[in-house]
Amino acid sequence: MKKNEAYKHILNALPYSNPFLFVDELIDMKEDGVVGSYTYPEDSDFYKGHFKDNPVTPGVILTETMAQIGVVCLGIHLINEEKEKKQLLQIAMTSSSIDYLLPVYPGEKVIVNSKKVYFRFGKLKCEVEMLNAKDEVVCKGTISGMMKSGKAEPKPNK
Amino acid sequence: MNNQELIDKLKKIVKPYIQNEEAYDNLNEETKFIEDLKINSANLVDVILDVEDEFDIEIGDDEMEQMMDVKSSMDIITKKISK
Repeated sequence: MKKNEAYKHILNALPYSNPFLFVDELIDMKEDGVVGSYTYPEDSDFYKGHFKDNPVTPGVILTETMAQIGVVCLGIHLINEEKEKKQLLQIAMTSSSIDYLLPVYPGEKVIVNSKKVYFRFGKLKCEVEMLNAKDEVVCKGTISGMMKSGKAEPKPNK
Repeated sequence: MNNQELIDKLKKIVKPYIQNEEAYDNLNEETKFIEDLKINSANLVDVILDVEDEFDIEIGDDEMEQMMDVKSSMDIITKKISK
């Protein structure tokens, strides 16, 4: 089975879409952590302005990528694993503390490696690092988010 | 442990997460974590985890939902540590 097929239900449950989806592939998913990847398209809009004539991936985008793979994908997995079938209803990033060590240029593929610190009372806190194709750490830190889950309810007809 | 000691310990635990200094200075049994101290729900989780560490107890989901103010937290902590 292809990797993405095994985790397709998680990718499908992500509440993001282009141009703000920063997850290409989930490589490994366990109860205590996740590994995933994303390649920044060279024609991404933010490169036009960050910076003028010198495109570098903005730190906020790196942070968002780490949060989507490292916290949200893992959170969906953990909620799915709970006994009662629950669905992710609401998410919010509540804190982040990241050090940025190396630049990430247009077209670069990055690997996000996240380890769960705790998932208690709806709050998921993770230690997250991002690696480039040379296996160098480009940024790392701590990200937390709140995940509200509940029983799936049928959507009202429009 | 008497009530004042318990309040002092709680006061120390919530300090990093409060957004309202005045309510913090006047902290008493009636003080509510979210309404008065302006602790957000994500940081309230950290308060509960710090309470678990400080008193070496485990708090369940139902109990956490009751711990919205100093008094109810003291009740739950006292019940747990007396076991």
